[in-house]
Amino acid sequence: MKSKFVFNKQLLIPLAAIVALAIFNLIMDPSFFKITLGTNSAGHPVLSGYLITILDYGSELAILAIGMTLVTAASGGQDISVGANIAIVGSVILRVLCGTNSRPETLQAPIIVAFLVACVVAMLFGAFNGILVAYFNIQPMVATLILFTAGRSIAAWINNNELPIINEPSFGYFGGYIPGIAIPTPVFITIICVIVIMLVLKFTTLGLYTQSVGINEKSSRLNGINPQMIKFMTFVILGLCVAVAGLIKVSRLSTINYSVIAKDIEMDAILAVALGGNALSGGKFNMAASILGAYVIQFLTTTLYKMQVNSEALSAYKAVVVIILVVLSAPIVRDKLKKFMEKFKKKEVA
Amino acid sequence: MDKKNKSGSGFAGWFAKTSDTNLLLTITITVFFLMYIGAIVFQGKGFLKAQTFFNILNANAALIITSVGLSIVMICGGIDISVGGVVALVSMSCAVYLDFHDGNIFGAIMIAVGIGLAFGVVQGLLVAYLDIQPFIVTLAGMFFARGMTTIVHTAPFNVKNEAFVELKDTRVVVPGFGSVNRLGNYVNAYVEIGVLVAILVVIVFFVVLRWTRLGRGFYAVGGNSQSALMLGINVRRTKFMSHLICGLLAGIAGFVYFLHVGSGSASHASGMEMNAIASSIIGGTLLTGGVGNVIGTLFGVLSLSTIQNIVSSAGLGQAWWTGITIAGMLCLFLVIQSVVMVNKKKLLAK
Repeated sequence: MKSKFVFNKQLLIPLAAIVALAIFNLIMDPSFFKITLGTNSAGHPVLSGYLITILDYGSELAILAIGMTLVTAASGGQDISVGANIAIVGSVILRVLCGTNSRPETLQAPIIVAFLVACVVAMLFGAFNGILVAYFNIQPMVATLILFTAGRSIAAWINNNELPIINEPSFGYFGGYIPGIAIPTPVFITIICVIVIMLVLKFTTLGLYTQSVGINEKSSRLNGINPQMIKFMTFVILGLCVAVAGLIKVSRLSTINYSVIAKDIEMDAILAVALGGNALSGGKFNMAASILGAYVIQFLTTTLYKMQVNSEALSAYKAVVVIILVVLSAPIVRDKLKKFMEKFKKKEVA
Repeated sequence: MDKKNKSGSGFAGWFAKTSDTNLLLTITITVFFLMYIGAIVFQGKGFLKAQTFFNILNANAALIITSVGLSIVMICGGIDISVGGVVALVSMSCAVYLDFHDGNIFGAIMIAVGIGLAFGVVQGLLVAYLDIQPFIVTLAGMFFARGMTTIVHTAPFNVKNEAFVELKDTRVVVPGFGSVNRLGNYVNAYVEIGVLVAILVVIVFFVVLRWTRLGRGFYAVGGNSQSALMLGINVRRTKFMSHLICGLLAGIAGFVYFLHVGSGSASHASGMEMNAIASSIIGGTLLTGGVGNVIGTLFGVLSLSTIQNIVSSAGLGQAWWTGITIAGMLCLFLVIQSVVMVNKKKLLAK
């Protein structure tokens, strides 16, 4: 338990991936690592460079990875509705801020109110998933398939299929830069989220209970834990993460496109958890490794973009990476590799 | 009282005694007929015409084929969400082959079957022999297929190959079901070639599931893979075969779909995996495996498309209603399954 913040074996996988990607980029084009301090169109100082982009755009993924890790650990399945849920959250935020007018001159409500409403909505949808999984015993991926299909439709329905645009510059702070600070705001939001979850894991029993439910539901029940409640809670927590990620996502553009926003992000979030070396079938987890995994994915995405891979075709490359990862982490393959390595070592000694 | 229940008097006895497959099949068929009668009563005479029913078949032939494949995988305890992507990839590849490479129809069919088999073999190997979760493997498969589709060709286009267009426009007249149109002329009722393929597939796999060693193996492995292993069934091979068949059927469905729409596009068949899973579940295939029937699946597809037709003819033309109704229906049936099975266990335990 002590080794949560300390370097441990599980962190090796994402770290190795980052090093591999970094070396690859160093060979291809060393200017990948250049960071420059420039000014944006409003005259405020901003940092720019591929590394900053990774930190900036990896934020949503890192936040989602927090919730996804908990869901995976408790229920042994993943929530595939997070992308659709982000669309709903974005739609709700815009709806509250704009009222009925889709091009308002001034905001109809304070941003904090819109965010709180979005949090409640996202947690309700999380609770819906949670009820299906925990109380009706439906496999998580199938239960969340319902929202996966309906989510973007619901998002379009909330705003009557209009695309509201917000002109208020302060709304853009959450996904962009606060004037005078050169580091993108999402980075700070992520840091806050990570600190909160680390404190929660350190000072509450959430982490312990989630893992014990994931490892053996029956025995944790016999030990006085309510497994259904724990599973339900992880889905609600994921809902909260989705709300934060959704705020960043809509703030980046100040508008929304229901069918495109956060597309395929569920895949990335699951991948982040898998890259962190966490078993996708539930049980033990390492939060730090998952978050690091999220940045690895973003590193990979940015690298692919830099190599001018079409954004539509991106998913094919990522899918190959996923397959390689899951194959390497499959217990059967691991055993075979271990045996092979042992043989190799023996030969060397001989 | 208890004994009477078991010996089978009254509804409760029937409920407890009927096999799971028959019970869920009964529910599905009842729901379909109730819905169709409801449509005739509320939506007027349009639904009374045989052609309306045949049009539902024409539009959903590909869905029927993919759903049969999915049912088999689900009976065997797995899941495959790559089918929609495979259908899109097949239709795009066939379109490019026919128009840009001056191909013939036989070659196109070979391409379709080849792509389907390739996906089936790879996914089957990963799931059955490396013990990786089917959801993860096929999720990656889905993203890979979607990405590959845009790599094959980006822009959507209509196929102008003459032999193909002729085949596409072939109508098979169904004798005795024609109707008299507004001008007083007799119009023959027709189905497309794809429907014949779909019906053939349903019949073949009904026979396979019911009377062959392989088919019974699917049920045994899905019901309880441990005891199937003890009975001497090759569990890995059976799982592999289920994915192989699903991939093959997805390839065939891809060609049927292509035959229906006559164009290649990266956005083809979006959400088809969802519809196929929903159809299978509505058709009484149990997600946990071991229970299901392709006849039920056929009715599942029909129920789903009837409700879509009702939604669109009831004036709720906006695109989002379709997504929401399908999700609602899926949710309803999932909950019914969960509740029915729990109650049944209680009855049997008495």
